[in-house]
Amino acid sequence: MGCVENLNYEMILPLGASFKECREYVEKNYPEVWYVDPGYKLFDEYMIGLPPIALGIEEGKKIIFPYTKPCHGTYLLRVEDTDEVERVRKTAKNEKINKSSIRRK
Amino acid sequence: MTEPVLKSQKALVVLGCPEVPVQQALAIHITHHLQQGGTEVLVTGNPSVLGLLKVSDPQKIYIKNTMVLETCIAEVVEKKRSGDLCVVFAHNDAAIAYAATMRYLLPACRLVVIIFGKDPEPLAAEINFPCETIIEKAVHNPAVLKKKINEVFGWAASRT
Repeated sequence: MGCVENLNYEMILPLGASFKECREYVEKNYPEVWYVDPGYKLFDEYMIGLPPIALGIEEGKKIIFPYTKPCHGTYLLRVEDTDEVERVRKTAKNEKINKSSIRRK
Repeated sequence: MTEPVLKSQKALVVLGCPEVPVQQALAIHITHHLQQGGTEVLVTGNPSVLGLLKVSDPQKIYIKNTMVLETCIAEVVEKKRSGDLCVVFAHNDAAIAYAATMRYLLPACRLVVIIFGKDPEPLAAEINFPCETIIEKAVHNPAVLKKKINEVFGWAASRT
């Protein structure tokens, strides 16, 4: 994901979060979660990670995703891009999970 | 017990962040032995770690083929590159994510994950995918980890 520097991103989790912590954060905090495998193309680059990789969708227009670099670890980033949200909804193979009912328990 | 000498035609050696010195030394050690056995080796990592290796081996005696990690991942995803052996060096969480990625992208290859650094056990516990692991606390001194690597790869009789 070399072009991430060109994206207008917000950092959700600070540097030092593990890949597992990023996945758990997405699953816990976003009602719309999609799962993809390593090598899935997001923002024109291939994703790294332990499958399944959780992607969160916020307000229908923002994607929350893990971004891994060898020296820096994994960041959890948020990028607004409605076209990419729609592409994720169409191409992410795994199920969309509605977490809202689970969180109320 | 020493394993039989590993036979491979095409290997990927995936390096992590170069901040732990044993990695670069052992990468040269592994690459040398694999090439001696006739294996074509591609060493991949970030520009810093590849730069360290290139400076250490100016005549490319040991490190003959290198590629930036992101390009290598892209080529593997696009089926332009493969291997029957993948060795991943891991001393942080990110490297485990790369190892998992290689496992997913190259399901048929022999995957060996070398887990090292100051505290390798918690990292090793993160691995939930099929692979062989070599685990040793090692930062500056490669001797014990090299011995373990030699045993797994069947090079235990080697004096180098």
